[in-house]
Amino acid sequence: MLPARLATLAVLALVLGTLAAVAWQAGGLGALQAADLAAARFTVVQALISATLSVALAVPVARALHRRRFPGRGALVSLMGAPFILPAVVAVMGLLAVFGRAGVVNDALAALGQPRISIYGAGGVVLAHVFFNLPLATRLLLHGWQAIPSERMRLAQSLGFSPKATLRHLELPMLRATLPGAWLAIFLVCLASFAVALTLGGGPAATTIELAIYQAFRFDFDLARAASLGLLQVALCVAAFAVSARIALPQGFGAGLDRRAVLAPPLGWVLRVQDGVVMGLAAAFLIVPMAAVLLRGLPALSGLPVSVWAAAGRSLVVALAATALTLLLALPLALAAARQRRFEWAGTLPLVASPLVLGTGLFLLLRGFAAPATLALPVTVAVNAALALPFALRTLLPAARTLQADYDRLAASLGLSGFARLRLLTLPRLARPLGFAAGLSAALSMGDLGVIALFADPTQATLPLQLYALMGAYRMADAAAAASLLMVLSFALFWAFDRLGSHADA
Amino acid sequence: MLTLENLVLTQDEFRLEAGFSVPAGARVAVIGPSGAGKSTLLAAIAGFFAPASGRILWRGQDLVGLQPGTRPLSILFQDQNLFPHLTVAQNLGLGISADLRLSAADRVAIERAIARTGLEGLAARRPGQLSGGQQSRVALARALLRARPLLLLDEPFAALGPALKAEMLALVSEISLEQGTTVLLVSHDPADARAFAPEAILVADGHALPPQPTAALLADPPPALARYLGM
Repeated sequence: MLPARLATLAVLALVLGTLAAVAWQAGGLGALQAADLAAARFTVVQALISATLSVALAVPVARALHRRRFPGRGALVSLMGAPFILPAVVAVMGLLAVFGRAGVVNDALAALGQPRISIYGAGGVVLAHVFFNLPLATRLLLHGWQAIPSERMRLAQSLGFSPKATLRHLELPMLRATLPGAWLAIFLVCLASFAVALTLGGGPAATTIELAIYQAFRFDFDLARAASLGLLQVALCVAAFAVSARIALPQGFGAGLDRRAVLAPPLGWVLRVQDGVVMGLAAAFLIVPMAAVLLRGLPALSGLPVSVWAAAGRSLVVALAATALTLLLALPLALAAARQRRFEWAGTLPLVASPLVLGTGLFLLLRGFAAPATLALPVTVAVNAALALPFALRTLLPAARTLQADYDRLAASLGLSGFARLRLLTLPRLARPLGFAAGLSAALSMGDLGVIALFADPTQATLPLQLYALMGAYRMADAAAAASLLMVLSFALFWAFDRLGSHADA
Repeated sequence: MLTLENLVLTQDEFRLEAGFSVPAGARVAVIGPSGAGKSTLLAAIAGFFAPASGRILWRGQDLVGLQPGTRPLSILFQDQNLFPHLTVAQNLGLGISADLRLSAADRVAIERAIARTGLEGLAARRPGQLSGGQQSRVALARALLRARPLLLLDEPFAALGPALKAEMLALVSEISLEQGTTVLLVSHDPADARAFAPEAILVADGHALPPQPTAALLADPPPALARYLGM
């Protein structure tokens, strides 16, 4: 229990300490300007639209994926998990390649004599959010479909239900139970959007609060305003979270989605074509942007300047350090939470803290001790570790509960405790979820463009920040290459850790 | 000698009182209706359930407050008696050293326990690759290696067929005779109790009664036991 108490203290100190520093600096919400209220409104509105669109579009995709079997279906379902660990800047690069000014879509529109569309602004922010969250919503709903008891489906089949009757008696009740949670999970994610707003948004019409914090901090160096904005962001998150506590949030980022029985696929070529088109469009929406980045970037990899490789090295170090820290916090918390619920809350706390608020708070706390630039990487490690903690904890908890229920008495009766218990029981039994959690943490940290943007000068840049700089300088070939490198590294980290975990026990 | 002195176990509505001694080397069955508290009684002796009051004495030493692993006993549960990710040899090694630092002499002892319980050639296997009977033997072999003077069996053989179960109980009897182990066996099956244990503790109506001759108890059961036995 002692390690868990220490981990709890660390999380509390980080989340509440920075919040207190921010609140102290802000001295209320007085420093807010009209533009900041507009940012608050835009933050909520874009999150509402993004969540609604993602969930609405995910319903037909998940339904088709659930009731059809075809070669490559498993790969497609796995692919739906990819955006969760895809760095936001890379996704933006991909969307620019497809929907940008010189992108495929605009070329096609021009060829048809139609006016070109712009990806920048509110539309682009929502587009990027749907790109990230449509797959997440699809997985969450697919989970819901697979959770319909097979006995219920057998009954439906034996009664000769039509697709309409199946929809009414089985699928709609499931959706009523699943949709609110999925919607809210995505709403929460979009509420704290920074990297997407930074790259595609901006201006009076498309600035989120997180982006406004960054601008107040970085351009105006108006700490009071940054702090007031921070309080506003936390208040929004807490409010949304308070609502979500009433609705069970589903957990769809985990592995293993392919077990349960399936609804009998409705026959008839109309429905079959419809399902095919829906899945094809969703897959293309997902694959084409990523492929566009790789096609353009991979050949240019060798020409990347040294500074980009150096940034990649820094990012790797940051990712590995953040992963180690995440596991160091998550493992004791998960083991303790298996006995006492309150430790679960401690590990979930970072969800209400926005990265930029954490960053601003750490800056306020530490500015007396060291120069911001020297703090950039350690602060990034700490913030990334904190942000990955809730996901790592949720990955570990079910296995930790099983471990506790199945083997705690046996271990106690044999006097297995301390380090021997960790080595002989805990680590081997939890290897799989530990590997998965490590992979998630490493990939999330690798691709994170958040708090680092507050502090870093070019000599301290991580790969995502370097990529952002390349995009800002319109060096698009280098940017595509850097984006490819970042994508490959993020996925490789996830894959390597996940693999390590699933083979540790074999 | 195991002595339960004014022992009271409570949990919500549940209450069980016990006050008796079991002589060293005895083999005693623990019988009674479902939910009467047989497993709770064993859990309290093993250190998984803190008594509301009273003492649990082994050779005059109070066990209450001791960690389960340091009590002078081994316990086998209904299931999950082995770690599935460790080999048979490693599972047995845990009976000697909890951090698996084993000397050459320890390895010889493990070999001997393997031979004694008829597990030759299975040392490198994992529990998942063994039959139910073999798994029970591994758990028994580990208890053999731990060589604690008290052995608590909380229906570890309930999932085995009648013949296998009888075989296991015979093995337990042999070990008990060799090492002078005191054995408490929770069982649902009157036949087991009769064959294995000359004496039985009846747990019913909130009381665990002192050991009494098994045959007589089963032949003329008090009402609660009679209902449970269907007599």
